[in-house]
Amino acid sequence: MSEVAAAVEFDHVPCPFCGLVCDDLQVVRTGAALKVAKNGCARAVSGFERPLPAASPQIDGRDASLQDAIAAAASLIRKSSAPLYGGLATDVAGMRAVMALADHSRGTLDHALSEAVGQNLKVLQSAGWITSTLTETRNRADVVVIVGSDVHALHPRFFERIVCADTTMFEETDKPRTVVFIGEGLDQSAASGPRVGEVVTLPCPLHRVDEVMGALLARMRGNKLSADNVAGVPLSAIEELGKRLNEADYSVLVWTPVGLQTRDSDLTVHAICDIVRLLNKTTRSAGLSLGGDEGATTATSVCGWQSGFPTRVSYASGAPDYDPLAHAIPRKLAGNESDLLVWVASYSPDLTPPDTSVPAILLAPPGMRPPRTPAVFIPVGTPGIDHAGQLIRCDSVVSLHLHDLGRSQTPSAAAVLSAIEAAL
Amino acid sequence: MLIKLTGGKVYDPANGIDGEIRDIYVRDGVIVAPPADARIDEEYSLHGRVVMAGAIDPHTHIGGGKMTIGRLMLPEDHRGDPVCRGHLTRAGCGHAVPSTLTAGYRYAEMGYTACFEPAMLPANARQAHMEMADTPMVDKGAFAMLGSDDFFLRQLAAEDDIEAIKDYVAWTLHATQAIAIKVVNPGGISAFKFNQRQLDLDEQHVHYGITPRDVLLTLSRAVKELGVTHPLHVHGCNLGVPGNVETTENTIIGMNGLPVHLTHIQFHSYGTEGDRKFSSGAARVAELVNSHKNVSIDVGQVLFGQTCTASGDSMRQYGNTKSANPKKWVVMDIECDAGCGVVPMRYRDKSFVNALQWAIGLELFLLIDDPWRIFLTTDHPNGAPFTFYPHLIRLLMDKGFRNDMMQKINPDAAASSVLASLDREYTLYEVAIMTRAGPARSLGLKNRGHLGVGACGDITVYQDLADREAMFATPVFVFKNGELVVKGGRIVKVVQGATHVARPDFDRGIEKSLRRYFERYHTVGLDNFKLSDDEIITDGRGRLVIQPTAARA
Repeated sequence: MSEVAAAVEFDHVPCPFCGLVCDDLQVVRTGAALKVAKNGCARAVSGFERPLPAASPQIDGRDASLQDAIAAAASLIRKSSAPLYGGLATDVAGMRAVMALADHSRGTLDHALSEAVGQNLKVLQSAGWITSTLTETRNRADVVVIVGSDVHALHPRFFERIVCADTTMFEETDKPRTVVFIGEGLDQSAASGPRVGEVVTLPCPLHRVDEVMGALLARMRGNKLSADNVAGVPLSAIEELGKRLNEADYSVLVWTPVGLQTRDSDLTVHAICDIVRLLNKTTRSAGLSLGGDEGATTATSVCGWQSGFPTRVSYASGAPDYDPLAHAIPRKLAGNESDLLVWVASYSPDLTPPDTSVPAILLAPPGMRPPRTPAVFIPVGTPGIDHAGQLIRCDSVVSLHLHDLGRSQTPSAAAVLSAIEAAL
Repeated sequence: MLIKLTGGKVYDPANGIDGEIRDIYVRDGVIVAPPADARIDEEYSLHGRVVMAGAIDPHTHIGGGKMTIGRLMLPEDHRGDPVCRGHLTRAGCGHAVPSTLTAGYRYAEMGYTACFEPAMLPANARQAHMEMADTPMVDKGAFAMLGSDDFFLRQLAAEDDIEAIKDYVAWTLHATQAIAIKVVNPGGISAFKFNQRQLDLDEQHVHYGITPRDVLLTLSRAVKELGVTHPLHVHGCNLGVPGNVETTENTIIGMNGLPVHLTHIQFHSYGTEGDRKFSSGAARVAELVNSHKNVSIDVGQVLFGQTCTASGDSMRQYGNTKSANPKKWVVMDIECDAGCGVVPMRYRDKSFVNALQWAIGLELFLLIDDPWRIFLTTDHPNGAPFTFYPHLIRLLMDKGFRNDMMQKINPDAAASSVLASLDREYTLYEVAIMTRAGPARSLGLKNRGHLGVGACGDITVYQDLADREAMFATPVFVFKNGELVVKGGRIVKVVQGATHVARPDFDRGIEKSLRRYFERYHTVGLDNFKLSDDEIITDGRGRLVIQPTAARA
């Protein structure tokens, strides 16, 4: 091979590898190799630049044609009395296709990150909340509170693009932004630059952040506390934060569901939302949940509009039944309540299916090493690299059209799932 | 393929046909003149039956983030109305905020063939269209929300040239694949972000210094001069606030003859008389609407039971959270673009306020003379889920039934309403105007909402029952583009409707300042913000219909 593949440059590329879906990347493709040329964070670089190994569909570990693999998958689903559809790390079209398949086969749907997302949903379904979005926060927040999760590690461009943005809309009225970290050991390195004023830390062990939030809420409500420190944080520092929030024009309390380390972290989210509600009696404040990796927000939203419920929905009765405890795939597998696992991943080969003796149909990016050989393996493309797609951002408001960078002809999860359904 | 619908009693107000016995011919999805001697492929004998064009809902929240927030927040509301997979149809659920799939089926089963989402945030347009794409059976379209977005408010505050504002409005229609422009609490959603808790018509926005009146006059002029058929769709200031009839009056008069559609006007027709400082302003509003031909309205009728209010009006929805039932709610500030508030609500017939809201809506229906300027809506799901439409039609067509219902409501509310004295009963012709011909004309839907030659074959056939609720709940036949899709109130064929858009001319030079704005402030780039036609068409599942616009003035 003497021919050298020409480099193709793609601008304004949306990145599907975390819930921020930054859309200002420049990516260069040479043959099947991608290089992030501009605006890539570590996660983007690792996602885009991961080498693409050759992969063939397989049946019981032996190479097979795509057609045969689809037929084998359809046959397993037909025979199954209670198929589980897990992973669900896909785009809008992939979710539509897997919903149709689950509806058709009376299956159960559960996203890989449902446990964490569910902590937010418990709060939404019991009390609701006041929230903001990325652009609103970028332009408006005068106090940003990072609650108990390592935002910089999980979303490496959040500070650069949202907290430390060079230009914001209301500069003439803006005070320098205060950034508050609640919890020890959170990466604060990105909270710097001309936009950032004070950086305040309330150091407490991450698993005790809920205590600090509870104390903050109690003091803001005017309740007396007898302790003079909470989880190692002096009460005076907590009261000082309450004062700052009350004096702020627009504070934003940020968390990531997967990043919270507290036990029963829904109660931490609850406390955050209670604090925000209380602040809004006199000033403005909002919550902002990040997360949304592995297409989690997309899965929740599409499942929400098509079935009426978030994931952890079962179609066993013919109609969607939502039960975040009963329809959790880990619980169903542990309780021997299923005879087939269909696992859909398309962003990361690391999102492997659970180790189970139940036969599995695996739709995954080439290179995934599942804990056991699946009954059927079908390699699928990554939306935004191998094919176009649509992805909903962590704030559940903005969605992006993902570009086809033409890396490979690997079929989309949506195409494979639809073909399986057509073969049922 | 030639279909003949024989001998039905036809109500086709756009063509002046009021209950005449007529035959209708549909060839390949389009209504045609009686062919001389062509072979009829299918004939439906409709003797004694009522024939109308497919119904059009010009204001129903069927797609977009706030609806999905409502869905996710209220699993208990869905559990009471599970919908099983059928031979042809997908599973889903109904009630206050139904699943998209179920919403499409149920609209079709009620004889509706087109639905318009009235509050599409540009920042959320992509998702709104995804949800509408997953709403089968009906055609759809969306109104893009402007008026609290910072780009427009900056233009207004800087006293930008009206031509630049028009370019931005037109650009928004293109970029979001919308058919009309909506304004919600003009400037108020933005003001709420600056901690203003109310913004009356002439109150200044603390940051921009502009007033809702400025926003309304500018946007309605822009929409008119762009040649967009549907006038500016206005959710006014002070929604739900006792005494807001004053604001509504000032708004109508203040438009100075500019065309405007005032939506869910029931929620804007409240006085402050009586012991409870809450009274009907319907008579006053009706008089104003009757005397201002530039104004059209839809009602946003309240009907009793559990529902969920969902609005772009974060300011007023925050105010309404004290009435949330069950006690949970969401308010959002969104993308320097807009906001939303989702507040579950249970309207009780024994509550004075709710009962009076019910009566005010009906008073408006009965006191506004011209059915061409009033559309039948519950502002689904804000006043009630759309599945209540047949009940609402019976309330309008059957005074005896209306009086019976009035016996059940809070007696003080009944006593303080003029409803009992209103004898008007809507005719089938008037219902056909309000639910077909009127919305089609107002929205500029060519070949929809009528049964003349050239119209598309969206046709609904009813039994002529004395019980109008039963009649409108279960049509005998519904045809979509000439295909039989519903028979006896059940889906017999699943189809995918088109998306209607309007694309007025504009100077693409506006993208220069927009690009700079997006780069400086936004978290999405301009090119990625725009929705392409391919995203609507999605491999042939969807279809675009570009409705005509007049020349730019």
